[in-house]
Amino acid sequence: MFNTEIIVKSLPMLLQASVWTVVYSLTSVAIGFCIGTLMCAAGLSSSRLGRGVAAFYVSFFRGVPLLVQLLISYYCLPLIGLNVPSSVAAVGTLALCTGAYIAEILRGGFLGIPPGLIEAARMVGLSRAQILTRIEVPMAVRFTLPALVNETTMMVKASSLISVVGVLELTRLAQNIATSTFQPLEIYLAAGAIYFVINAVISSAGTLVEGRFKAETAR
Amino acid sequence: MTFNLAILTDNWRDLLDGMVLTVLIWAGGTVMGLAIGLMVAVVQLLTNRWIAAPLNVYVAVMRGTPFLIQLFIIYYGGPFFGLDLTPMVAGVAGLALYGGAYFSEIFRAGFVSVPPGQIEAARMMGISRLAIVRHVQLPQMLVIILPALANMTVLLSKETAVLSVITVNELTSVVQSIGSTTFAFAETLLFLALVYWAFLEIVTAAARRLEKRVGRFMLRTQN
Repeated sequence: MFNTEIIVKSLPMLLQASVWTVVYSLTSVAIGFCIGTLMCAAGLSSSRLGRGVAAFYVSFFRGVPLLVQLLISYYCLPLIGLNVPSSVAAVGTLALCTGAYIAEILRGGFLGIPPGLIEAARMVGLSRAQILTRIEVPMAVRFTLPALVNETTMMVKASSLISVVGVLELTRLAQNIATSTFQPLEIYLAAGAIYFVINAVISSAGTLVEGRFKAETAR
Repeated sequence: MTFNLAILTDNWRDLLDGMVLTVLIWAGGTVMGLAIGLMVAVVQLLTNRWIAAPLNVYVAVMRGTPFLIQLFIIYYGGPFFGLDLTPMVAGVAGLALYGGAYFSEIFRAGFVSVPPGQIEAARMMGISRLAIVRHVQLPQMLVIILPALANMTVLLSKETAVLSVITVNELTSVVQSIGSTTFAFAETLLFLALVYWAFLEIVTAAARRLEKRVGRFMLRTQN
């Protein structure tokens, strides 16, 4: 018998845990965005070292499964004397991973900015950092918003993997409830539905902002 | 921190077994995922929206929920439907169903990319709808969607690591069990990362070469 009662009973707990899922994934996307911006700028810079570092970073974090990265940070950070809480290590790893994808996404946006605009900004006397934060990043974000929103939903899904390294979030809690109640199907379906709703909200928020950007550009 | 590479050479048999299994899972999941994706896209293209609607739900659900949760539902929820799957079968099926949803979206975009005039012309000549898909649309669109298909295939190869969570004995799970018995986590996990990294670089480079070859063919046919 499909037990709907167990879903209703555990829903408040699952919703509470889903707050952590949202917090962890959005925090890592925010940090990852900063890392990605820097790496993207380094990758497009004239410095050979900068380009090398960026290429290595993007290649490694996109080339190794996130689960493996999480296991490395979980088991190996203490080995080199870094005893950080597992949630911090996990969010840091998520951020580094998404940063590599965001760097690649932003690259397309950066390349779409007319070079004359940057030249003009330089003539006006803006510093390199000012050009990056005031002109390049805002424009690149507008160009690549759909891809960035997509990456955010990917991270919400990917955050389920941090349950494996012992961080309490939606998937971990669902596992705990499923093993104690012996009703895995009901609980995991409920958890899946919550993930689905979170991603639906993020996607529609993205579409909304996109529409506003378009309206502004049209004006 | 000591770095003892003998751990790797001592356990080379297990590691090799894990590697082979990972590649087999990846290949099986990808081939089945491509088949599912193509079938879903063709059915969506050729039938009315009442048949396409459940397929749209399938695609949206698989793309909107974590792969790990999908695996849990198939593996732990399967017995509810009388499906007592081994971890291996559940894992490959999960990989295929997950990949299939993404592949179907790629195929769907491909079908749109073939000019409608060609399909109309073929229809006028009395060619059946399925034959048009097979002989007119597929050959042309495969060239266009090849980069996207290759990209998704590479993404799927990384998802194979997640199968370790439902106790499939692939490379990640082999490495974890060696690590937990010898406490040599640094050596084994870095080895694991390097293997995946090298594998992905090779697959990506192969995909690039294939794209280039196909691109050359495209240029020739246009002239």
